[in-house]
Amino acid sequence: MSVRMPEPDAAVLGRRAKIVAALRQIVPGEGVIAGEREMRPYESDGLTAYRQLPMVVVLPETTGQVAEVLRYCHQEGIKVVPRGAGTSLSGGALPLADGVLLGMAKFNRVREIDFENRIAVVEPGVTNLAVSNAVAPAGFYYAPDPSSQIACTIGGNISENSGGVHCLKYGMTTNNVLGCEIVLMTGEILRVGGAHLDAGGYDLLGLITGSEGLLGVVTEVTVRILQKPETARAVLVGFPSSEDAAQCVSAIIGAGIIPAGMEMMDGPAIRATEEFVHAGYPLDVEALLIVEVDGPTAEVDHLIGRLEEIAKTCRAVSVRASTSDQERLLFWAGRKAAFPAAGRISPDYYCMDGTIPRRTLPQVLARMKEMSVKYRLRCANVFHAGDGNLHPLILYDANKDDELDRAEAFGADILKLCVEVGGVLTGEHGVGIEKRDLMPAMFSEIDLDQQQRVKYAFDDKGLLNPGKVFPVLHSCAELGRMHISGGKLPFPDIPRF
Amino acid sequence: MKPRDAKEVEEAVCWAVSDGKALEVVGQGSKRAIGRPSQTDLTLDLSSLTGVSMYEPEELVLSARAGTPLSEIEALLDERGQQLAFEPMDYGPLLGGEAGKGTLGGAIATNLSGPRRIKAGAARDHFLGLSAVTGRGETIKSGGRVVKNVTGYDLCKLLAGSWGTLAAMTDVTIKVLPKPETEATVLIEGLDDKRACAAMAAAMGSPYDVSGAAHLPDHVASWFDGLPKPEAATALRLEGFAPSVASRKESLAALMKPFGSVAILEENDSRALWRSIRDVKPFTVEAARTRPLWRISVPPARGHEISATITPAAQMFYDWAGGLIWVAMPFPDEPGAAAVREAVAAIGGHATLIRASASLRASLDVFQPEPAPLAALSKRVKESFDPQGVLNPGRMWAGV
Repeated sequence: MSVRMPEPDAAVLGRRAKIVAALRQIVPGEGVIAGEREMRPYESDGLTAYRQLPMVVVLPETTGQVAEVLRYCHQEGIKVVPRGAGTSLSGGALPLADGVLLGMAKFNRVREIDFENRIAVVEPGVTNLAVSNAVAPAGFYYAPDPSSQIACTIGGNISENSGGVHCLKYGMTTNNVLGCEIVLMTGEILRVGGAHLDAGGYDLLGLITGSEGLLGVVTEVTVRILQKPETARAVLVGFPSSEDAAQCVSAIIGAGIIPAGMEMMDGPAIRATEEFVHAGYPLDVEALLIVEVDGPTAEVDHLIGRLEEIAKTCRAVSVRASTSDQERLLFWAGRKAAFPAAGRISPDYYCMDGTIPRRTLPQVLARMKEMSVKYRLRCANVFHAGDGNLHPLILYDANKDDELDRAEAFGADILKLCVEVGGVLTGEHGVGIEKRDLMPAMFSEIDLDQQQRVKYAFDDKGLLNPGKVFPVLHSCAELGRMHISGGKLPFPDIPRF
Repeated sequence: MKPRDAKEVEEAVCWAVSDGKALEVVGQGSKRAIGRPSQTDLTLDLSSLTGVSMYEPEELVLSARAGTPLSEIEALLDERGQQLAFEPMDYGPLLGGEAGKGTLGGAIATNLSGPRRIKAGAARDHFLGLSAVTGRGETIKSGGRVVKNVTGYDLCKLLAGSWGTLAAMTDVTIKVLPKPETEATVLIEGLDDKRACAAMAAAMGSPYDVSGAAHLPDHVASWFDGLPKPEAATALRLEGFAPSVASRKESLAALMKPFGSVAILEENDSRALWRSIRDVKPFTVEAARTRPLWRISVPPARGHEISATITPAAQMFYDWAGGLIWVAMPFPDEPGAAAVREAVAAIGGHATLIRASASLRASLDVFQPEPAPLAALSKRVKESFDPQGVLNPGRMWAGV
């Protein structure tokens, strides 16, 4: 492991038996898991290169239990790592050897569906897809659709501010949640937002969303639900180069069209997926775009016509518009199988997640080709083209010499490149442990210190999910110091500037 | 103090920190009369920090200095067929000032929005990145220039709607979107408030992509522009490509038939109507100017319940499908705070006393009071940015 976690606290580990007993008082029965074999399933999340058994696993069932567990751990100085379904690709739910792993899987009920106010109130352990399924009979759905939606939970979506293929038009999690109940490390239970819009004070909901489980434990979520569009159609467009495809994306947006989804795949990704699912992708192209529009039939048909025209002006070599829902889903089948397809042509793959200004795509792809040569590893690219979110899949074999190390170094170089061209380290997977040590590529020490001060406003002892997101942990007291040098400024009461 | 660039903003705040001074942070001052009157020593005027530094229409992104006039940005976007989708309202006339004032930084710091809030979100949802000087005198940045970004805490959300109490923004980056090709409005005439909320819920629950839903009761209807007659009207806006608007207009009108008689406003009237709704026109007129004004956000389908709890002499209308209620109280010295707070507490939401005399604003909670643990957290968040209370102290709540 190249990322180091905080040193386990020997004093806490020494009290393990006592701690487990105390937790059993709060969460009875099978809700406390302390056996090594039983804890094994919790040792890792979607970033499987990293594994660590927790000190103990606790699976609370009520907000009261969560509050009591946190209050106890706060008093005793015990670290806590919250976990949803464990699908994080950045190690956000990686346990700590001296920490409690707080699994929220038992919070799995849909509490309220209110079609008049267009909301659903759900517990954090409900899966993303289950929310859409619960409201589907009335024609509604929950818009954010991360590709892990069958397994990932709403609580986890809040932690990571999850996106998905359709967030170009419908926004990310942060644009689709209205409220939550959150328990602070002290055991205090707070409610922010609700069935209404916007905050009456500071937008703490916006801050909590995407905070990677470092600020509090979410115990209830109110999400906005939408009526399903009347229809959806997609066009599949092949290009001789990714430059042409990128140009086409710009032309579409320049024409005032915001598609529901717009995905790009490069040559290696096209060939890997076509061989796997036979979606009918053209194999003689170097870039493929899937552009989907949704809405009333009149609008969708009008836009499909315009998209076909635009594609033809952008050197497209093949243009196919879906004529049935079956065909549309087939277009998507390849894209959606990109990850397993990569798994088929390589024993392991490492999925990256940077975002770049879209126009820099050709330059970024060219540089990635050079890196691929340098690190002697293959790389396939799938790309949320509309919003510049890049998912390079680095193919490696963990059982071969130093391939994992090379894959990680390759990945880090890609992310640094994203920042260099004006983008960011992570678009939707989160920082977690994976990108923690890259944070200084994007933020100054002052930026990171301010973020940590916000952290301490929620968690004064820094016990919630430590070791994630921030490369260097400063204590609350250190961050409280003021470093003011401007006091010498000769500043009379007369306006100077 | 009127700094000319970000560096001078930092110097000014550092000086205030070391000299123990409190600063009132303003742009053009168009929303200065909102909030508790601040006890400040000096004004930090950011209106010289102007200019668009980056605008890439095909990337849907724009960066500007925080003091850039909103009108300048809107004009620039308009040239390229784009807009600020959050439809920022103009508080000027409502607060007795000029129309068309305000800065981009101010729009974000107050989390402005308009009727399209229900579909496109508020300023917070379009705010991608910032540079700002905290109350510690440190320049921080957060976010970036791309829409999809989860790198570090989303401090943009926190600063949007913080009314200048955490940091003075110097540079901001926002997402911009294409302007709809055309628009039209479906009107249902003569509904009472309760029935209107039901009609709006049905419209919002349809697949017709309604981008504005307002109910204008009888007693205020005559003040709005574009309405065919001065009677209660429930308005539903449709925007987008012409063939789409044409088709949805018919479908939505058919869906609304059971609620009452339906009329259609075409593009020009529709545009005029929604602008007057956005800017709360009935309460900008001279006769209404001294009336204390509340802005109330509640669950939309229950909006009508507010009218049942507060004095019948109050004037009001509904935006956001019933979820945003503008209430003008009848007498200048009687804001009716207890009744409003009680009505909101019963159904959940928040109320802000947007307009009242300075003495009233000093003696009452202007922003929604928070329960103790939440209030304590808000105070800790404030202190994490501004431990000495240098920036707009007390504007949102006493001691914050």
